[in-house]
Amino acid sequence: MKVIVSSSLSSAAGGQSEFEVEPGTINQILARLGRDYPVLAPIIEDGVAVAVDGVIFRGNFTQLVQPDNEVVLLRQITGG
Amino acid sequence: MAALLQPNYQLVGTRPARPDGVDKVTGRARFGADATAPGMLHGMILRSPHAQARILSIDISAAEKAPGVKAIITSADLPDLTRDPGTKAILENVMARGMVLYDGHAVAAVAATSKAAVRAALALIKVEYEVLPHVTDVDAAMVPGAPLVNGGVITNGVDPKPTEKSNIFERFEFNGGDLAKGFSDADFVVERSFKTGATHQGYIEPHACLASVGPDGQGELWVCTQGHWMVRNLCSTLLGMDLSRLRVTASEIGGGFGGKTTVFIEPVALALSRKANRPVKVVMSRDEVFRATGPTASASVDIKMGMKKDGRLTAGEITLRFQGGAFGGSIVQLGAMAAFACYDITNFRAVGIDVLCNRPKLAAYRAPSAPIANFAVESVMDELIKKTGLDQFDVRLLNAVVEGKRGPFGAPYGRIGLRDTIAAAKAHPHYKAPLGKNQGRGVATGFWFNFGGNTSVSLNIGFDGTVNLVLGTPDIGGSRASMAMMAAEELGIPYEKVRAVIADTGSIGHNDTTEGSRVTFSTGMATIAAARDAIKKLCGRAAATWGIPVEAVEWDGGFAKPSGDNAGKFDPLSLAQIARKSAATGGPIAGHNEVNADGAGSSFGTHMADVEVDPETGAVRVLRYTVIQDAGKAVHPSYVEGQFQGGATQGIGWALNEEYIYGANGRLENPGFLDYRVPVASDLPMIDTVIVEVPNPGHPYGVRGVGETPIVPPLATIANAIANATGVRMSEIPMSPPRILKALKTKSG
Repeated sequence: MKVIVSSSLSSAAGGQSEFEVEPGTINQILARLGRDYPVLAPIIEDGVAVAVDGVIFRGNFTQLVQPDNEVVLLRQITGG
Repeated sequence: MAALLQPNYQLVGTRPARPDGVDKVTGRARFGADATAPGMLHGMILRSPHAQARILSIDISAAEKAPGVKAIITSADLPDLTRDPGTKAILENVMARGMVLYDGHAVAAVAATSKAAVRAALALIKVEYEVLPHVTDVDAAMVPGAPLVNGGVITNGVDPKPTEKSNIFERFEFNGGDLAKGFSDADFVVERSFKTGATHQGYIEPHACLASVGPDGQGELWVCTQGHWMVRNLCSTLLGMDLSRLRVTASEIGGGFGGKTTVFIEPVALALSRKANRPVKVVMSRDEVFRATGPTASASVDIKMGMKKDGRLTAGEITLRFQGGAFGGSIVQLGAMAAFACYDITNFRAVGIDVLCNRPKLAAYRAPSAPIANFAVESVMDELIKKTGLDQFDVRLLNAVVEGKRGPFGAPYGRIGLRDTIAAAKAHPHYKAPLGKNQGRGVATGFWFNFGGNTSVSLNIGFDGTVNLVLGTPDIGGSRASMAMMAAEELGIPYEKVRAVIADTGSIGHNDTTEGSRVTFSTGMATIAAARDAIKKLCGRAAATWGIPVEAVEWDGGFAKPSGDNAGKFDPLSLAQIARKSAATGGPIAGHNEVNADGAGSSFGTHMADVEVDPETGAVRVLRYTVIQDAGKAVHPSYVEGQFQGGATQGIGWALNEEYIYGANGRLENPGFLDYRVPVASDLPMIDTVIVEVPNPGHPYGVRGVGETPIVPPLATIANAIANATGVRMSEIPMSPPRILKALKTKSG
């Protein structure tokens, strides 16, 4: 499946905005992205939020993602 | 996530009496400063009079010998955890380590047997400073050659990474489409620059705590806070304690609005207590609250937006420069994300720049950053729409984001109610009401993300069938009432049979801080789940009593009833009947839930204001104000309306009067409510409210948080009203009488 990297992270991701990865839980997807794309590893390590079909997950990454879900990697959203 | 909406609520949506009301109006409620303990000492903090200085020495020898003094601490008494950047900032803000970085920065603290003894000892502490140049203005701090705050930093988020240090801590950028094409497609382009002052949350209750650390290293802390697990975790880290050895109890809270989401005096009180081996109480003065807690950012903003003649937005570009004090890590990223969040703009760029200044480290303030960004965007929207000659709300409806549209932060929206709030505003009688001389009407719409987070809830059923609902999120906006309502709704019992309490950190699992408009959403979600957990157990007890499978029992209206083939074979058992026999059927009955809640659902609101501007004084009177906001589902509408009114009031204060004023010496000149003027009841009309309910699919009842969004649109709403009343576009917040008068004089030449 395809993971989109938001514009605020694409520079740190070497200008690439889309990455292919095997589906799974958000936790599994993040682990696979960090393993398969070393440029993403420090971004994920710093902390990210993940939007799945518009629902933003900030910390609970147990959600199972289906291949047809739209997944967007966002900067960590904190505060409020 | 599928919504489990229950349209026929018995309690949700009603307005029962608040459970803390009698205590608060009779003075029985205990706030932070009300805590006492046998043998208690008083603690106070010595603060820097300089905006930036190197600490050459601190001599406490005379103070140590003063009568009644039991402990003195400096940064040397706190573990050096400065290698971790996150911990370093909190640690060095709590107590200066080598450098003082703003007027009011803590330098040392004393605990003694009386307040007079503490004050006498503080006067005996000799601090030798090397005073250094300082900077308190965000734009001045960015100029090459500006005094460097704490030696400056290498900017993050810039490629290639700079080699020279500056006061620019970090840069964020969000973008999409083709900006140049967007502007070339526009029929109208408006470009503006704005400045906004730093404001304080203005909570009435100053920070206060009572700390007690015993010789065995176990500690207790009673504190006024928005998050006592946060206090426990930060204090334990800063003092080198195990989490389990520090028990924190939250008092009632006299306002927080984001300002009580970190620690200031709490680690100091614990360190003093540990050193003195006595309980120590620390209560901030109002002067300290202003100088040494966490106000919001001051900012300068450049913005450019383009629009077609038909009202369609073609491009938007914004650069936000926020100073968030001397430590970095400001909220400007959120501002860049929120700026264009209401509108479907293909071509955009939003840049956020976090700048260091010699001011106190900012804390959250209700939708942190969004009001500043919104002020710029909605002011320019107002100007663009006037150029088209179209209706303010029609153009906003044309451009409003809807479900499936991607926000500027990268993710598509779920189900949202922006268009519903704009349509409701357009249909409101306020919009068509006549205006008089020197009067103007302004409108604006705003957005906030809303958050969820870690939450634990226990629901304990007593033998008499009444319920204790054990929560861990301090009640800053009526959450005990709304949680009790949701629990009672699920259980099918009267609201009065549920008592909600805020437990200490030793009594239930971790709870994130009450912030981010998260409590009615996430604690509500956990409450509903805990009630359903208890219902399963109640049904189990009924099944055992009747000797039928638990699957053959259903819960309906507060009763366990046999169902299916067993329907009608046994008399229903009420919750109270099951509870009364619970000792004989397996023991006490309780429900629990622990969750890290996501799916909070974005929030939108639309505001309208009528103002009258006195052309002779520049004073602005707010004549009428209406807030229209999507609450998803209003559990207790009176509290929701209160949030709308409170947020609008704070935004009006920010727009018209409130501002941190620093002198050339870098010292805060207005650290009190006489010179820092918040609106009082006589300043404002009754603020009208309209609750829109577009259910959030991420919550069982459709709830969205409502606490922060109402402070987002008021700055622009008031600015637009003033522009319509005077023909003058104000570029600086607050729009105080001298600024308006000056603008009027400039206009008239």
